[in-house]
Amino acid sequence: MSVLVSLNGRRRIYEVKGDVAVVRINDPNSKVNTLSIQMQKEMAEVMDEVWANDAVKSAVLISSKPGCFIAGADINMIQSCNSADEVTTLSQEGQKMFERIEKSPKPIVAAINGSCLGGGLEFAIACQYRIATKSKKTVLGTPEVMLGLLPGAGGTQRLPKMVGLPSAFDMMLTGRNIRADKAKKMGLVNQLVDPLGPGLKSPEERTIDYLEEVAIEYARGIVNKKIPIRKEKEIQDYVMSFEFVRNQIYKTVHSKVMKQSKGLYPAPLKIIECVKTGVEQGPVAGYLSESQNFGQLARTSESGALIGLYHGQVACKKNHYGVPQREVKTLAILGAGLMGAGVAQVTVDKGVHTVLKDTTVSGLARGEQQVYKGLNDKTKKRNITSFQRDSILSGLTGQLDYSGFEKVDMVIEAVFEDIHIKHAVLKEVEAVVSPHCIFASNTSALPIKDIAAASKRPDKVIGMHYFSPVDKMQLLEIITTDQTSKDTTASAVAVGLKQGKVIIVVGDGPGFYTTRCLAPMLAEAVRVLQEGVDPKKLDALTTSFGFPVGAATLADEVGIDVAAHVAEDLGKAFGSRFGGGNVEVLKTMVDLGFKGRKSGKGCYIYQPGLKTKEVNPDIGDVLEQFRMTPNPAVSSDSDVQYRLVSRFVNEAVLCLQEGILKNPLEGDIGAVFGLGFPPCLGGPFRFVDSFGADKLVEKMRRFEAVYGNQFTPCQLLLDHAKDSSKKFHK
Amino acid sequence: MSSMLLSTMRGCSVSPSWAVRLGNSSLSESYCLTLLSVQTKSKKTLARPGVKNVVLVEGVRTPFLLSGTTYADLMPHDLARAALQGLLQRTGLPKDAVDYIIYGTVIQEVKTTSILRHNINQRTLGAGFSDKIPAHTVTMACISSNQAMTSGVGLIAAGQCDSIVAGGVEFMSDVPIRHSRKMRKTMLSLSRAKTLGQRLGLIGSIRMAHLSPELPAVAEFSTAETMGHSADRLAAAFGVSRVEQDEFAVRSHTLAKKAQDAGLLQDVISFKVPGRDIVSKDNGIRVSSMEQMGKLKAAFIKPHGTVTAANSSFLTDGASAVLIMSEEKALAMGYKPKAYLRDFVYVSQDPKDQLLLGPTYGTPKVLERAGLTMSDIDVFEFHEAFAGQIMANLKAMDSDWFGQTYLGKKSKVGTPPMEKFNLWGGSLSLGHPFGATGCRLVTTVAHRLQKEGGQYGLLAACAAGGQGHAMVIEAYPQ
Repeated sequence: MSVLVSLNGRRRIYEVKGDVAVVRINDPNSKVNTLSIQMQKEMAEVMDEVWANDAVKSAVLISSKPGCFIAGADINMIQSCNSADEVTTLSQEGQKMFERIEKSPKPIVAAINGSCLGGGLEFAIACQYRIATKSKKTVLGTPEVMLGLLPGAGGTQRLPKMVGLPSAFDMMLTGRNIRADKAKKMGLVNQLVDPLGPGLKSPEERTIDYLEEVAIEYARGIVNKKIPIRKEKEIQDYVMSFEFVRNQIYKTVHSKVMKQSKGLYPAPLKIIECVKTGVEQGPVAGYLSESQNFGQLARTSESGALIGLYHGQVACKKNHYGVPQREVKTLAILGAGLMGAGVAQVTVDKGVHTVLKDTTVSGLARGEQQVYKGLNDKTKKRNITSFQRDSILSGLTGQLDYSGFEKVDMVIEAVFEDIHIKHAVLKEVEAVVSPHCIFASNTSALPIKDIAAASKRPDKVIGMHYFSPVDKMQLLEIITTDQTSKDTTASAVAVGLKQGKVIIVVGDGPGFYTTRCLAPMLAEAVRVLQEGVDPKKLDALTTSFGFPVGAATLADEVGIDVAAHVAEDLGKAFGSRFGGGNVEVLKTMVDLGFKGRKSGKGCYIYQPGLKTKEVNPDIGDVLEQFRMTPNPAVSSDSDVQYRLVSRFVNEAVLCLQEGILKNPLEGDIGAVFGLGFPPCLGGPFRFVDSFGADKLVEKMRRFEAVYGNQFTPCQLLLDHAKDSSKKFHK
Repeated sequence: MSSMLLSTMRGCSVSPSWAVRLGNSSLSESYCLTLLSVQTKSKKTLARPGVKNVVLVEGVRTPFLLSGTTYADLMPHDLARAALQGLLQRTGLPKDAVDYIIYGTVIQEVKTTSILRHNINQRTLGAGFSDKIPAHTVTMACISSNQAMTSGVGLIAAGQCDSIVAGGVEFMSDVPIRHSRKMRKTMLSLSRAKTLGQRLGLIGSIRMAHLSPELPAVAEFSTAETMGHSADRLAAAFGVSRVEQDEFAVRSHTLAKKAQDAGLLQDVISFKVPGRDIVSKDNGIRVSSMEQMGKLKAAFIKPHGTVTAANSSFLTDGASAVLIMSEEKALAMGYKPKAYLRDFVYVSQDPKDQLLLGPTYGTPKVLERAGLTMSDIDVFEFHEAFAGQIMANLKAMDSDWFGQTYLGKKSKVGTPPMEKFNLWGGSLSLGHPFGATGCRLVTTVAHRLQKEGGQYGLLAACAAGGQGHAMVIEAYPQ
């Protein structure tokens, strides 16, 4: 018997196959399924029908969309609420619905193919049984914490019971995605189904059908008691039955969270609280705590900032410049250094033929080894097989000359930061490539128009500023000049997106956007050091403000020589506004060989194999040489923090004022993803909005009185300070 | 009249180049049709001017036995020797009348293959061949002996040889198990160590982890998936049910039993196993009821898979050998050939999702080469790795979508009619010694053509690595 109940305009169709109701989720208006108010309502209706239908003994819940089960709750639904209470009510509605699912008299099997995240996962774990496809696209997780929220539809209560306290905390506090095979091991899903290849239908379609067939079989098996739904008691459950063990876990997790978040993020602490309440005081208190905390968190500025970043990230993963005329099939990289090889690695593993060119055999060998190591590490982590690693590497050609460059569609140069060398390679490249080939420069500070000055075809010249380490840093800053053609930009963005980057496109100028914001902050950091603050203290001040990496460590990571170079160049371009610390401090360090992490010594001493790092003892002498006397009026811990941050923020706002930045959103994304601006603040522009431009200006005026024009607020910032209704983000 | 038509026919396929011949194939087919209407029994021959006719003179095999049974204490070369000796006896071939010997095997016995010549000598000299005959081993997974035969066909066609012995062996009762890589490294260093101190140092470095052995991989190299697992996924992809698979397996065993009882499996020779009795029959044929078949649990994808031990081919010990010659040589030596070995192809596709679809890809390709259509073929012999694999291939060949999407055809390939398909059993029931199956298929096609009176036979097989093979065989005029 097969009755098709087609419900007009509904996202779900439920079909009865024998005695199993198959409920299919399919949001007609979107590529992904999300949990919205409407969907909850419809789901309740469908489930009522299923429960009322005597012919149905069990149900299968499945998505018709390939690659997505339910991607999570609808964020806009949460954001459109006007009060914490309203959000709490939303959470309670969700809790109620999933409680009904959990208590369903007819077993419900969740058949998961594709992303099963957030509310989707909470839905799945409320079901009696879960079957997932062993596909790479199938991931389970609770990413709420990354939006400053918590799993608010029963997740904090059900997960600990299902996977145990430690795993539940790990999932909810990191928000990481868990692949199907791992989920099976953890007990998050009961059974796995292999994805299928082509048969009588496409692999995607057939895999969904197969998943459904298997899920139906299991649903019947559960009804016939052939398949047990209770997991066996494990040793872990026994251990967790002791209160002192649980208390120890709460304590450990709490201190870990405090150490990593510096207490700047409320969500992780609330998650711990909800779990603890549920486990120790029972479900009624637990669910109440969950819904109330969810409501509160949704109204925090941290959550607002993180959700803003999420939206920004989505926006920066789109190509706003159209489809390029030619797809880049072969990409050449000049210079096999850290950056060049990094770019090669993220390109070649996307199936693009990649040419890595260097001038010396040793340089090339080092670069190729870096690419190999990057891929081999993935093999060790079992992200790819050794076979995949080898076939990816077969797409990489290492060479010392320009042979075959006529077939290259795009060249990215990552040679030494010297305008003369850049000009030389540009001319060499233009002599051998075909007319359509794009020349991109990976420079962190040299203006692109200066580089393009040597070009015969400046419309094909563009800047692509990657961040080190390239395979870890998500940001790509693309710089266009007045002459860069739209198609060139479209092509560069397309390549960046293929490389998996979050992209901001900015105007040309010394230091573009990111380097220009970082330079004054580093100049201030040097001054702080000169004023006698020790590098460790400087790091602590910056990280406690929310920067993931402290200022001194950041300088070491970037490279003291690079910092010196940039400081000098930008100092020349922008004058005294970029002053503060003495550039000679950096230069002296470089002369002594303290170039940062890469040379083993910088502000700190780096020893291979050692995780802890000690302050470089010799740096004291250098700083002593350039000692400055701190002014106690502006040297409290908080003042030092705001001196660092306000210069960063002011420069960012100035970039928007000058049109280097197109909009505040890209400014926030660039600062957070490229420079590690505190994510809890959402970027410099959102920070101004939430902190108040007037308050910031007030602080800057105070610093200005002591240090001068380095702290003069720019006009746009002043405008915002004057009119509090002016906001960068609506 | 018919001979006149035949010569026109031949004339039409005479073209200077291969490509043109293919381009003309539709033309030759239309001739073929007229020919058919005139003369039903003897269709056009696939002989091609300028290409030597290669014939199968004889093919034999040892009985195929379940691993770990009567052959358990032998070595692979013992089995190979039995097959080769059997071939010599059956043909009465002078021991120096062979130009070259090619032998297929998959899992190589280290003891004998480490030195190639030694290995081959073990098999060939032991079997009574002259020590003047060069020989080599080939390996191409389950189509190793197909590769051995087609290499021989190539040597004859190229005019290098006139008489070739090809064959294959697999011995699953004993497989080489290696020391771990760490242990091997230590042992090799040990053999180079000069002083006692060095030796003791190396011996001292051995840890428990060194001692865990390395088993021969049954998994596909590129995907780390076992073949049974892939077969189960393939069956699921094509919607092949458990019942369909079990029915096909029962069919295979039933037909094999019939053929065995009727004495049709003439390629099997008797073999006196040292220390044991004379073996003269395959021992894996077991006709079960559908109810018995249904009781088995899934073997690879547990618990919801459909491939079971009973609907898969089993681990088998066995060896086979064939004598192939140029037609003139065979006739000159007074042999009555069994069949012509005509066009053949090797294909390769995605080793993950299409690992076992070789027959689907190979069949249309070889038919096109030979200028034949599915309906011209009288005898089909497909290698039965898994019942699910056979059913999946049949469904793929019957699917317009698959034909269009993956084979670049306008419509489906079409399926072989079951009344012509694997009528004397197959690998599921007779057994499947990886390296030896190819020769069994060729010999079976030849014997069936003789018995059933057909003119063209087609064999197809899949193999690890996503490879496949297909060959057209033409009956030798009786």
